[in-house]
Amino acid sequence: MNAHADEHFAGSNKLFTSVWVWLVVLTLVEIFLAYKTLPIHIMLTILLGLSVIKAALIVAYFMHLKFERLSLILTVVPMLVVCICLLFVFFPDSFRSSELRYKFQESAPVAPAPAEEP
Amino acid sequence: MSTEARAGHFPAIDWNGGAFPYRVGHRKLGMWLFIVSDSLTFSALLMGYAYLRASNNWPTPFPFYPSIVFSSVMTFCLLSSSLTMVFGVSASSKGDKAKARKWILATIFFGLAFIVLHLIEWNHLISEGLRPFYLPEHWAKVFTLADGTPPTSLFGATFFAITGLHMFHVATGAIYLLVVAARVKKLKHEDIEISGLYWHFVDLVWMFVFPLIYIMSVDMHGALGH
Repeated sequence: MNAHADEHFAGSNKLFTSVWVWLVVLTLVEIFLAYKTLPIHIMLTILLGLSVIKAALIVAYFMHLKFERLSLILTVVPMLVVCICLLFVFFPDSFRSSELRYKFQESAPVAPAPAEEP
Repeated sequence: MSTEARAGHFPAIDWNGGAFPYRVGHRKLGMWLFIVSDSLTFSALLMGYAYLRASNNWPTPFPFYPSIVFSSVMTFCLLSSSLTMVFGVSASSKGDKAKARKWILATIFFGLAFIVLHLIEWNHLISEGLRPFYLPEHWAKVFTLADGTPPTSLFGATFFAITGLHMFHVATGAIYLLVVAARVKKLKHEDIEISGLYWHFVDLVWMFVFPLIYIMSVDMHGALGH
């Protein structure tokens, strides 16, 4: 049996090039968005959405996961997604500390004046 | 024959998984697990960055030139390096190791270009006065809010930590690929595919670092007079 036949790497160079073109186009969209005045939460949602699409393209085609067994995909992907989502548990606390900070402060902190010579 | 190829010859027994339930060799599975753990490292760092950003007055200092132009060209370099790497793995799967080596060398070239551009960009920020725990004086003045809230000095810490760790991964990947390119004829196809997995992961991480660190911190109104 020809060993190389068993080592077939699915996907043609044409397919990989078209994935690369999509990745470049999505990057250009991100750069374009950088100079649009949008509310920060909308900007963040769009940018993260584009990043997730780009990551999915890289994982599926370049890292070949689309062509692997479903058992490998189910082992690697869901637990990573769950763990990353669990990190968000800390996030609401950032708004709390934002509320606390500078609340009773009237001016920007300045460096303490040097001690005067006796 | 690679472990991956041999896996196909084992009969599916017991729970239909056979000896190789994932139909990949142990090294490739190991790389996948490493990638998952490394993804969590970067996720935690980016989450820490998001936390600090939401709870502080965050400066947005990056000018179109050089920061955004450089980081965009760096993104292009990494994307192109992923394409050349996948061409290399594809050539290796067809048994054309000489062609695979050429594509891997092209990948290293793009990786090194990324590092050089990134170091120039770092140098630009350092020469402006940015340090891990200090902002340049003029940034501190410009980005102080009307109520006197100063910008956080942790900007430099998150910037250098996240981009520095990523640059370290690119440098490590370039060395890894150099070894693979030197020994390409002795290595099995699966080994080359594993090195490709690592390289694509480095590219993938940058797809999050670039928009979150650079695009979200553009100096849109030329506040710093660039």
